[in-house]
Amino acid sequence: MARLVLARLLQAGLVVIVVGILCFVLVRFLPGDPAMRIAAGRYGPDANITEAAEGVRRELGLDRPVLVQLGASLGQLARFDLGRSVVTGLPITKELGIQLGATLWLSGSALALSLLLGPPIGLLAGLRHGGVADRASLGGAILLRSLPPFVLGLLLILLFAMTLGMFPPAGWGTWRELALPALTLALGLAAVSSRVARDSVEAVVRTPYLAYARLKGLPETVVVRRHVLRNAAIPVVSYIALQAIYLIEGVVVVETLFGIPGIGHALVHAVIARDMPMVQGTALAMGLLFVVIAAAVDLACHWLDPRPRRT
Amino acid sequence: MMRNWVAAAFVGLSLIGTVQAKPLKVIGPWEIAGIDPAQSGYVFSRMQVAETLVSVDADGKLIGGLASSWSASEDALSWRFRLREGARFHDGSPVTATIVADGLRKVHAATGVFSQAPVSAIEPDGNDVVIRLAKPFAALPAYLVNFTTIVLAPSSYGPSGRVERIVASGPYRVKSLTPPLNMQLEAAPDWTGEKPGIAEVDYQAVGQGETRALMAESGEADLVFSMLPVSVERLKRNPKLEVRIATIPRTRLLKVNAASPLFGDVRVRLAIAHALDREGISKVILRNPDLAATQLFPKALAGWHVPDLPPLTRDLNAAKALLADAGWKPGADGILQMEGRPFSFTLLTYASWPELPPMATAIQAQLRQVGIDAKVSVGNSSEIPARHADGTLEMGLVSRLYSIVPDAIGTLRDDYKTGGSDWGATGWGSEELNTLVERMAATSDPAARAPMQRRAVQILQAELPSIPVTWSELAIVSNKRIAGVRVDPLEVNYGLASIRWAE
Repeated sequence: MARLVLARLLQAGLVVIVVGILCFVLVRFLPGDPAMRIAAGRYGPDANITEAAEGVRRELGLDRPVLVQLGASLGQLARFDLGRSVVTGLPITKELGIQLGATLWLSGSALALSLLLGPPIGLLAGLRHGGVADRASLGGAILLRSLPPFVLGLLLILLFAMTLGMFPPAGWGTWRELALPALTLALGLAAVSSRVARDSVEAVVRTPYLAYARLKGLPETVVVRRHVLRNAAIPVVSYIALQAIYLIEGVVVVETLFGIPGIGHALVHAVIARDMPMVQGTALAMGLLFVVIAAAVDLACHWLDPRPRRT
Repeated sequence: MMRNWVAAAFVGLSLIGTVQAKPLKVIGPWEIAGIDPAQSGYVFSRMQVAETLVSVDADGKLIGGLASSWSASEDALSWRFRLREGARFHDGSPVTATIVADGLRKVHAATGVFSQAPVSAIEPDGNDVVIRLAKPFAALPAYLVNFTTIVLAPSSYGPSGRVERIVASGPYRVKSLTPPLNMQLEAAPDWTGEKPGIAEVDYQAVGQGETRALMAESGEADLVFSMLPVSVERLKRNPKLEVRIATIPRTRLLKVNAASPLFGDVRVRLAIAHALDREGISKVILRNPDLAATQLFPKALAGWHVPDLPPLTRDLNAAKALLADAGWKPGADGILQMEGRPFSFTLLTYASWPELPPMATAIQAQLRQVGIDAKVSVGNSSEIPARHADGTLEMGLVSRLYSIVPDAIGTLRDDYKTGGSDWGATGWGSEELNTLVERMAATSDPAARAPMQRRAVQILQAELPSIPVTWSELAIVSNKRIAGVRVDPLEVNYGLASIRWAE
C-alpha cells in the first residue's frame, strides 16, 4: 500500500519535470514569432500587432537567450509558482481554478452519468449473453462510439434543445447547461464501458464457482450481488482510468461546441497564442490528474481484489 | 375565497419573480481575453459598463460620452473636455478631471491607437481635462471614442498598477466576471441618466456561429450578435425572432506587396482587381451580392465612400490585356511567365474570421482563369504582420476595420503611409497621399475636408495598394420578447440600457 502511494508520488514528480521542459521546448520551437502570437492573442486580429509585439517582447524578456528563459521557467516551477498567463495577465492558478474546475464538473458528471448507464446495461447483457439486451446494447454501443462527440452533441442539441426545449443548447453556469455536454460525453463513455462490463460479467458467469453458487440454490439476486459484481468490477474499474483519455480528447470538442470555459478550450487557445505559462499549467494539471486517477484506480482495485495482499 | 386569494398571490409573486429577476441574456462571439482595457475594453464599452470621453451615434456623428462638451483653442493645439456633471464611478466615488487625466496618460504611454495621437500633455483643470498637442490634430475627439481610452476608477487598479477589476461609470456595473466566457451585469445605482429597462444582463461568449444561432432559435438567448450568413435566412423565417442587419465599416481586401517583382507594376494590381468576381464571392459566401466592394470604403463610412467613383468590376479580357501589357505571357501549362519566371505566389490568410479561408480559395480559382497561380495558406492572424515586417509577404487576404477610430483618417494615416503597416499597404507609398492625410488630420471643418477625402479615395482606387474584395455586415438576432434593440454599425455601444421587455 505504502509502496503503491510512493510509486505514484515519484511518478507525479517526474510528470512535473518532463512536462515543464517539454512544454517550454515545444512552445518555443513552434514556427512563428512568439511575441507576435502573444500580441495577436492579447489584442485581437484588428490590432496593430507589430507595435504591440515589441511591447510584449520587452515586457516578457523574449529577447533573452533561450537557456536563460528555460532556467527562469523551471526555477519558477521549482518554487511551485505557475506564474501569470501572458495573454490574460491572470495568475495561472486562478485560470486553472475556473477552467479546470469547469472541466472537472463536466467530466465528473459525464463519468457519473456513464457509470449509471454503462455497467448496469453491461450487467444485463452479460447475464443473458446472446439475448436481446446483449444484441441491442452491442448495436447501441457501436453506433454511439462511432459517432464523433461533436456529431453526437449536435444531435442531442437538436433533440433536447431545439425540438423538446428542455435544455439550453450552450452556455455555462447551472446544471441545465451541464446536462447536454455531460450526456454527450457520457454516451460515448457508456458505449465502451457497457461492453467491458458485459464481457467481464460473461467471463464470471462461465466460471465453475458461479455454477456452483447457482447449484447450491442461492437466489439469483444473491448470486449477482455476492459473486458477479465484485469479480466483474475489477476490469471495469481499471478501464475507467483509460476512459479518462477519451474524456480529455472529448472535452476539447465538446467544450467548444457548447461554449464551456473549460481546460480543453483553454489549452487550444493557449497553444495558438503561445501562452507558455498557460500551456505548462494546463499540461501539468492534466498530467497530475492522470496520476491521481491512476492512483485512485489502484486503490479501488486493491480494495476489490484481496488476492495480491495475501501473497 | 381564501384559497383564491392565496392562489392569486402565488401567481402574482411568481410573475414578479420572473419579470424582475430575469436577466437580459446576451450572446456574442467575443471572448474576454483579459481584463486590461487595451485587450477587452470593447466588451465593456459595448455592454455599457465603461464610458469613453466621446461617443458616436448610429450615423457616426460624435456625441458626448463622459465629456458633455469639448472645444479646441484658436491655434488648435489645446483641447478642453468638460466632464458630465454628477458622473460617478460604480464604487460611488465622483469622476474627477484628475482621475480621467491620470488614466488617459497611462493609455497614451501604452500600446494602442491613442498612443498614435500627437499628444504632448494631459492635465486636469477644474472639471475639465485639457489635452495639449504637439501639432494640430482635428481627429483627437474621434480617437477618444476608442475602447482603449475607457475611464476607470482608481479602485480598478491593483498594487502593481495593473487593472484588476472594472470599476467604471456606465449605466451597468460588473456583478461578476469569469473570463474568458462569462460576465454578469447589474444596473449601477449611481447612474444619473435614464435607468436601464432591464436591471440585469448576462453576457456569454460563444465562439461557434452555429451554436449562437441555436441559442437564438431555442429561445434561450434574448439578443445574439454576429450570425453567420448561412444562418440568417433561416433565422429570418422564425416568427419569434427579429433579425437586424447593419453594414459595418469593415472591408475584406487583398494586401499585396507592391515592393515584390510580381506586384510592383500597377497594371498587374489592376489586372487582379479585374480578375475578381466580387459579386459571386459576396453572393455565395456572404449571401448578399450588394457586399461586393467596388471601392475600398463601404457606404457606411459617410464622406469616405465616393458614389460616383468608377467601380472595380470583373473584366477578364481587360485583366488579360493588362497582364500582357505588363510583360506576362502564357506558358505551356497556362500559367503566365516573364523571363522564365512563372506568376506563382502564396496567398496567405487566417481563420479568425471563418469566411476568409473559403474566400481565399474562390480568389485562387478566379486568378487561375487569367493564368495566375496562387497557393492558399491559412495561418494565424499574426503571420500577416510578421511577414509584412520581414518583407516576405506576397499577398494576404485580410479583414480590415475602419472604425477603430470612428474617423477613417485614423486608419488611413497608419495603413497607407509610405511603407504601409500591418493591415494596410506593403512596400507602397504616395507623397501626394501622405501630404493629404497630414492636411486632413489638421483640418476640422468637414466642408474643407470633403474634397481631400475624395482625392485620397481616388488615389487608392487608381493605385490599388490593397485590392478591395467585399464589404461586411453584422447580423443581430433578438427575441420578440424584448423591444428597443438598436444597431450600432460602429460597434461602440450596443444600447442595452434602452432595451425593455416587450408588452
